[in-house]
Amino acid sequence: MRSPVLRRIRIVFSTLFFICFFLVFVDFKSLIPTEYFNIILFLQFVPSAIKFIDLRVFAAAGFLVVLVLTLLTGRTYCSFFCPLGIGQDLFSRIGGRLRRKFRRYGFKRPFTVLRYSLLAITLIVTMTWGTYMIILLDPYSIFGRFMTYFARPGALVINNFLAGILGRFDVYTLSNVPVVGFSLIAYAIPVAFFLLVGTLSLTKGRLYCNMVCPLGTLLGLLSKISILRIRFDETACTRCGRCSLGCKSSCIDFLKHDVDVTRCVECFNCLNVCQQKALSYGIVRLKKSVHKTDENKRKVIAGSMLALLGISNVTNGQEKIAPKPKKDSTVKENRTLPVCPPGGTGIEEFNKNCTACSLCISACPNGVLKPAFKQYGISGMMQPVMDYHKSFCTYNCTICTEICPTYALHPLVLEAKKLTQLGKAIFIKDNCIVKTEKTACGACSESCPTKAVHMIPYEGNLVIPEVTQDICIGCGHCEYSCPTVPYKAIFVDGNAVHVAAKKPVNVESEIKTPVEFPF
Amino acid sequence: MKRRDFFKTSVGAGVAAGAALSLGGYDKLWASTPLSAKYDLVAVMGGNPDAMFDLGIQELGGMGAFVKKGQKVLIKPNMGWDVIPEMAANTNPLLVKRIIEHCFKAGAKEVYVFDHSLDNWVNCYKNSGIERAAKSAGAKVVPGNSESYYQQIEIPGGVRLQSAKVHQLLLETDVFINVPVLKNHESTRMTCCLKNTMGLVWNRGYWHSNNLNQCIADFALYERKPALNVIDCYNVMVKHGPQGVSKEDVVLMKSQILTTDWVAGDAAGAKMLGVAVEKIEYIPIAHKMGLGNMNLDSLNIKRIKM
Repeated sequence: MRSPVLRRIRIVFSTLFFICFFLVFVDFKSLIPTEYFNIILFLQFVPSAIKFIDLRVFAAAGFLVVLVLTLLTGRTYCSFFCPLGIGQDLFSRIGGRLRRKFRRYGFKRPFTVLRYSLLAITLIVTMTWGTYMIILLDPYSIFGRFMTYFARPGALVINNFLAGILGRFDVYTLSNVPVVGFSLIAYAIPVAFFLLVGTLSLTKGRLYCNMVCPLGTLLGLLSKISILRIRFDETACTRCGRCSLGCKSSCIDFLKHDVDVTRCVECFNCLNVCQQKALSYGIVRLKKSVHKTDENKRKVIAGSMLALLGISNVTNGQEKIAPKPKKDSTVKENRTLPVCPPGGTGIEEFNKNCTACSLCISACPNGVLKPAFKQYGISGMMQPVMDYHKSFCTYNCTICTEICPTYALHPLVLEAKKLTQLGKAIFIKDNCIVKTEKTACGACSESCPTKAVHMIPYEGNLVIPEVTQDICIGCGHCEYSCPTVPYKAIFVDGNAVHVAAKKPVNVESEIKTPVEFPF
Repeated sequence: MKRRDFFKTSVGAGVAAGAALSLGGYDKLWASTPLSAKYDLVAVMGGNPDAMFDLGIQELGGMGAFVKKGQKVLIKPNMGWDVIPEMAANTNPLLVKRIIEHCFKAGAKEVYVFDHSLDNWVNCYKNSGIERAAKSAGAKVVPGNSESYYQQIEIPGGVRLQSAKVHQLLLETDVFINVPVLKNHESTRMTCCLKNTMGLVWNRGYWHSNNLNQCIADFALYERKPALNVIDCYNVMVKHGPQGVSKEDVVLMKSQILTTDWVAGDAAGAKMLGVAVEKIEYIPIAHKMGLGNMNLDSLNIKRIKM
């Protein structure tokens, strides 16, 4: 096919797809039903592969579809379905507008060593060690973090600005949604990647995809035997070089009439620029020997970046400048384990399957999920962790478990979630207002949905909290509500493995329906 | 204080009667009522929340005694919890709806409803059934989830609470109607009229850490007081409050209390729950501070059984 329609289809399709992705991550009013999340995310290669390893069902077979698609059509995934790739195309377009006069692209030699090394390292590390490299390099997860860390807060700021204006006119269709950021260190990796991917795509098209992205490299390898690809009509070609200059992947060697299929992302720009119609997209018979060389030159260079980030601590104080009680609390919360989100089944299991795409962080209506820094250790960096100083897990909600594309969070029905114990509340009497100030409080018990935290008689008319741990589900509402600073008087210590909490037993009250007024 | 309320109410009733005469049509409710309200507290038992309110408000001189033509009204129910109406952690939506209708009939220009919820506010508004009920009656349901909606106010004379950040609606409206649901509260033992004001402020953590009972009473000193308190005692959570765990916590009481004196309202609520008024510390504190009268015996109470 020579038709310019191909390029147009690609642009329309990828734009719509990108908008869907954007909405999924930025939907702060939870307007999109969670079923649609799974549809939109179905084809995302890495999440789907991880989910498939866990589940082995068709619902998780998106990555198989991608493999077949690649064998048939080459790296169309990169142009049509990869949100990070589409985002880069957008940047390239902007970059083109900015510096139109310069020759931006043109054929370049591939970074063969680098890209195959990164692919090899990713595979080896993933199989022998854990998901570190996937977390860092999965394009969907990188995109997810861009959305969660930058786009969503940006959208919120705009929303709040508009809500403020509408509010003046007594219209409350838009409501203010407080923008709550993460600890600064959490931004380090997303910012670094944004700069890297952003600059490369502004100036060099798809260089990131062809140099760093292990998925791009993997699909590129498969593309070597793909059926459909860009081909040259050597008789028609005048060697004007337009195709090469217009190629975002810098993969067209027009002098040799050769397209490097491992790098071509099927953007079809070349079909449009070729005035001789010498380029077309169709079935190619493998004729010449493919002169690609060196594979899997292994270099172990991993450590450096991670080691760099293994340093220092996060200050995780309370964000609100709340007026303090008279006395500071004195006993430090001794949290032995972090609390991993519902559906995670257990910390280790969760860490194995999460790619830190941050979709759950975006989707959580309560904002309780925060990217971990060192709570899970190095393997779980940027994976979501429950931050009960900032918020709590709302009782009637299972959203994060429903949307997780990797199945790191298993879907939970509401009744099951209400009985899933993520951790246990631990009461520190010496920090408690009731003991230190000798005044009533009960903020923890008030917020406890199961009454695992309840009040028992204390001195005089006072009552003081007590925890029944076997009915506690570790939602953290008590910890969030506790007003003591700097340390809370009640906190949730994570469970290594989530267990079933007991159902609270309840009996009829002795108080009966009155027949007369008691006054 | 009682005298002031009495004065306010009677003037209101007078204006309302005038308005009623000029309006004509909707006069059934207050056509037969006296010009001044005779009662400090009206208690109704045995009907549905909306029917009980119709009767109760009539005894207080009709809504026109509290809401004048063209005024903006704030209705503050308790919708702080993400639970269904049957759990009675939030004010009954039927009641809220009925009050709004009365406000509009009395000529209110605008009626607003909001609460600073403890659970996720979107779910609270939705699952309490109040958002839909209020909107269907024509009220504006306003968010209270962000600090940007709250403004700093001073409370001169407050013992522990001298300032707070209150929702802007409290400052911008003309009439404030307090519509709590009567509930057990494990720490303060009861939540009713006075404690419902915790949903008007932003930083209630401060209250918890600075003598909760005193702060609850202190806030009642603030100049914007409710013109009317309507206590929903239809379904009453008698234990595991204020959130409740299951339906065993709820007792059907089919009652309602209307009063201009919120301390008296709380005292009556305590009786309904079977708790000694002295045990609920903020009630005697508020009484001593002159914020109302907790001695129900000295009040003129109208009891109606349907």
